[in-house]
Amino acid sequence: MQKQVDRNKSNKEIQTLSNSELFTLTYGALVTQLCKDYENDEEVNKQLDKMGYNIGVRLIEDFLARSTIGRCQDFRETADVIAKVAFKMYLGITPSVTNWSPAGDEFSLILENNPLVDFVELPDNHSTLIYSNLLCGVLRGALEMVQMAVDVKFVQDTLRGDNVTEIRMKFIKRIEENLPFALHRIC
Amino acid sequence: MADEAPFQLLHSELIHYIYQSEHGADTDNARNITKLEAMGFRVGQGLMERLTKDTARFKDELDVMKFICKDFWTCVFKKQIDNLRTNHQGIYVLQDNKFRLLGSLSAGKQYLEHAPKFLAFSCGLVRGALCSLGVRSIVTAEAAVMPACKFQVMIQKS
Repeated sequence: MQKQVDRNKSNKEIQTLSNSELFTLTYGALVTQLCKDYENDEEVNKQLDKMGYNIGVRLIEDFLARSTIGRCQDFRETADVIAKVAFKMYLGITPSVTNWSPAGDEFSLILENNPLVDFVELPDNHSTLIYSNLLCGVLRGALEMVQMAVDVKFVQDTLRGDNVTEIRMKFIKRIEENLPFALHRIC
Repeated sequence: MADEAPFQLLHSELIHYIYQSEHGADTDNARNITKLEAMGFRVGQGLMERLTKDTARFKDELDVMKFICKDFWTCVFKKQIDNLRTNHQGIYVLQDNKFRLLGSLSAGKQYLEHAPKFLAFSCGLVRGALCSLGVRSIVTAEAAVMPACKFQVMIQKS
């Protein structure tokens, strides 16, 4: 009986704990499959980015619905929202925003710990694999849906021996919305 | 934290990838299902290892199944199994009236033919979870009216 109680008590803990683990493990299974399917790491990176993009363009909808974030005034605000709201909401971490370029169009997200790599070690023969490249795609896809073209890439990765994980984001341009042109009746 | 949207989207990307990739060019449905199932298996195994870290030892097979229906299901699918039935000879039927991963498909019968690929990963999950508790099984799933579905677990006696 006592054991039963213990088991129930830990339920809540279990749920929150493995919520992200489910994602982490599933992601791991995906990368493993991609490594089996493709000969070189480059291809895997590209595929991960592509899948991330597909996720991003849908995830932004969920994000806008859930958070009550409105339009951002500038790229700095966007950076803050990504780090403090989006990452917090979906990965449970808050990366720091640093290394702004003088022009203010480029910054780095520093991830102290990256939940995606919780159970991961890279084997020697995959030295060029960017394991978490999905994230780049997600950010690119999501921002594209709010009219921002950005370039996202990993510059440091703890999996490859760096101290922190660093994602570099560069603003490219605002995407003008091509509204279907309207014809007005003149006479 | 970590809300369920990322997992659902990842899951649908997974299916999309397996069915689109030129490597799976053999548009052989059964093979793709097997691939998805195998991925689920690995995930289920790992997840169960983490989940049962501090739990008491299970009394018997039924106890294990109850754990799958309650704790495991809640952890993965955010709800408990609605109905668990058994013939007491190694067959268990788990019914979920509102299965989360079928939630993105329209209810009813229109897309019924696509249901198996949305269930394959989960079959693997269950088989993997059972396997890491030392229960070998075969898991199949069927959906008659979405989003409800039934998982059938056949325990393999060695």
